[in-house]
Amino acid sequence: MNASLLLLALMDGISYAALLFLVALGLTLIFGVMNILNLAHGSLYAWGGYVAATFGIVIAKAGLSPLLILPALVIGAVLTGIVLGSILEIGLLRRILTKDPILQLLGTFAAFMILEDLQRLIWGSQPYFVSDVVSLLGTLTVADVTYTRYQLLVIPSVAVVALLGLRWFLNRTALGRQVTAVTHHREIATAMGVNASRVSLLTIVIGAALGALGGALAAPTTSITPGIGAEMMVLSFAVVATAGLGQIGGAAIAALMIGLGRSFAVYLFPEVEVLVPYLIMVAVLLIRPQGMFSRVATRRI
Amino acid sequence: MSKQQAILSTRGLSLSFGGVVAADSIDFDLYPGERLAVVGQNGAGKTTFINICTGYLKPQSGQVFLEGADITGRTPREITRRGVGRSFQLPQVFGEHTVRECLLIAASAKAGRTGALRPLEQLPNAADVEATLELLQLAPRAGDLASSLPEGQRKLLDIAMALVLNPRLLIMDEPTSGVSTEEKHLLMDVLMRALDERQVTSIFVEHDIDIVRTHASRLAAWIAGRIAADGPPEQVLADPVVIENVIGES
Amino acid sequence: MRLRLFVIVLLAIVLALPAYIPWLKTPILLALSNGLAVLGVIALLRAGQVSFGNAMFVCLAGYTVAFTARAAQVDALVLILLGTVAATLAGALIGLFMVRYRGIFFGMLNLAFSMVLFSVLGKFGAVTGGTDGLRFDRPTLGFVQMQRDGFETTLLIIAVFVALVAGILVQRYFRSARGQQLAAIKTNETRLEYLGISAKRVFWGGYVLAAALCGLGGSFFALTQGLVTPEMGYWVRSGEIVFIAILGGSGHAIGAFIGAFVFEFVKLYVAAWLTGAWQLVLGAILLVMVFAAPTGIFGLLERLLRPAPALSEKRA
Repeated sequence: MNASLLLLALMDGISYAALLFLVALGLTLIFGVMNILNLAHGSLYAWGGYVAATFGIVIAKAGLSPLLILPALVIGAVLTGIVLGSILEIGLLRRILTKDPILQLLGTFAAFMILEDLQRLIWGSQPYFVSDVVSLLGTLTVADVTYTRYQLLVIPSVAVVALLGLRWFLNRTALGRQVTAVTHHREIATAMGVNASRVSLLTIVIGAALGALGGALAAPTTSITPGIGAEMMVLSFAVVATAGLGQIGGAAIAALMIGLGRSFAVYLFPEVEVLVPYLIMVAVLLIRPQGMFSRVATRRI
Repeated sequence: MSKQQAILSTRGLSLSFGGVVAADSIDFDLYPGERLAVVGQNGAGKTTFINICTGYLKPQSGQVFLEGADITGRTPREITRRGVGRSFQLPQVFGEHTVRECLLIAASAKAGRTGALRPLEQLPNAADVEATLELLQLAPRAGDLASSLPEGQRKLLDIAMALVLNPRLLIMDEPTSGVSTEEKHLLMDVLMRALDERQVTSIFVEHDIDIVRTHASRLAAWIAGRIAADGPPEQVLADPVVIENVIGES
Repeated sequence: MRLRLFVIVLLAIVLALPAYIPWLKTPILLALSNGLAVLGVIALLRAGQVSFGNAMFVCLAGYTVAFTARAAQVDALVLILLGTVAATLAGALIGLFMVRYRGIFFGMLNLAFSMVLFSVLGKFGAVTGGTDGLRFDRPTLGFVQMQRDGFETTLLIIAVFVALVAGILVQRYFRSARGQQLAAIKTNETRLEYLGISAKRVFWGGYVLAAALCGLGGSFFALTQGLVTPEMGYWVRSGEIVFIAILGGSGHAIGAFIGAFVFEFVKLYVAAWLTGAWQLVLGAILLVMVFAAPTGIFGLLERLLRPAPALSEKRA
């Protein structure tokens, strides 16, 4: 494998990892604050993608500059996150907090099923493309390797901003510290006067927006079709499980591992490409079931 | 008179957690038929000792022997199968099963591979279960869910589950806590008589000195991970060190 | 007694309906196949564990049937046996390390394994037929080559019989000492160890049983469709199996089949009425179950069917 192929794989991997990270971040946040694995998280990604594609089409039809699509993507994702996230939290998550974990999982699975069909009813089964913004932003050449600016710069930047922004929020703001408190121990936080419901709602909305943002940012580079939600669900879950449930920084590293692993596989052993995330997940879970960075003792005898 | 083989022995048993010495090189021998009471303040190392002897914890150094065989580091399951029964400070029962079912499941431990595939109620030692229910006065609540029992009766159920295994050594961690004072003595009377009949050696951790005086044939007092005094109950209870460090607190 | 009557009535309906409405044979077969897989997952739920990867055993069995049928003229009954054995062996092997895990870690590891299988089947198309899957010709059944109609009818009768026997045997297992030990894993594993019972070994037994039942279901499924695809092992399918377990009721073996039939027929009905919205309807039904009836349809019916049920079967 020569140097330019290596570089290509690297850039591919970083771009893909950034996307995975955004979605995984949302999933791990929601788990952290509710202790529920949100099986509908992939649907948020899909809806983010569809909403973004819709905005893109509207902008194109109105004859406006494709560059407007970028902010439109973000706005669309945030809106999707707010609406769907709120419905999810208020309508479902907060009402299953005290239920048996199996029922909690099934509750979110039901939400997944409903969102899948709603999505199909609204947008149909045909693929959606909204690639104009990518071509507009042009390409970048690094050491003989050409890559789109969008994938190499825009997506990773958003991911980095999200990571740093979230870190800052959690560590430096009062509200963020409340989120951390509720994540670590809901009852104690409530006893100390934190409004756990409000904090949960906020966190879920942020998590949902991140998931939707992943889908929105993916829209210009892949076609949005039914089934990407389910696919992203297991992929983001692979990242979260590998890192350790609730681990934020760890999720970035796990996303890089999986993203780079997959992109290198594409160039080295193409058949193994789709396997890589799950092989990594199996390997990590067999050795360290609680994930690479978790400090929780696992239920292992 | 030749020395009987000890049923339980430890040599140099030691374990520390993060700076706290829970077991400090304990040498100890328990003989068949003894009824050993264990006293000590909270944190003195009584439960740690029991946990090590029953395999829940591994000692950092030292050995444990059961009837002469080295059982150091073996799992609770293996040690139980060698004839040790245990009940816990916080009763460990099967909350979603009925009292009778809890005992039947305990009895099923001896059932063997094919025996275990028969319906639970048709276990060969089902009669043992009924007898144990009667013995510990749990029969009236035999059909109730274990989680619905008040703590005292859950304790009894815990003990019953250990008893149903026909152990040669029964270790009970605070068997009477949670039981009302009037019933404590009655319970211990019944229990100890049954143990004597079945020739079961027993160790029980106790905070109630009255119970100790009445039912123990031997008393060991734990202070800071060591056995500070060991002998006939009245003798140990008169020991000034014990009076100062142990009895004052309970 | 009333339960037995209920089962007999159900059996009668299931066997008689296709005589009047022949196209019902396929959905009934699919429901029975599903029901067997759900029965397996119920065994795991007994121990308080949920697997989001058991579709992998369904899938493994299906592909075993397909590979074998394409390679040689093997009778359907033998194919069913082979598929089930393949899944059982896989379950026994995977179970060896799987039983060290509990709760969400158990669920995750199963999911991961199933996704590895799914990806392999999808990617190595030259061998596995890729995402399109593998087709195979209708084999002989009882060493008789039949037309589609006869094949389906005979397969249906066999499936009903197998489901009945499986249900009875599994229910008996649940009531056995071993089955109760399995249930005790849910509430107090430490106590089991302190009774001298190996929780890991008991759980392994349950895991192998679950894999075997999923394999049995997968074999019937493959024979019904004449086609196997990687989708059979997708995580969403595993989720549906768990869904059906809760829908039907995990307190009794019959819950598996009640759930599977309701699932299949709602799917059919909604598809006829509102194409592409069956997930919406079933998802809504699942939400209702989660909030209002976590013991499932069987749990609701129990009061009618068994006026004095054993307390231990009230568990969901």
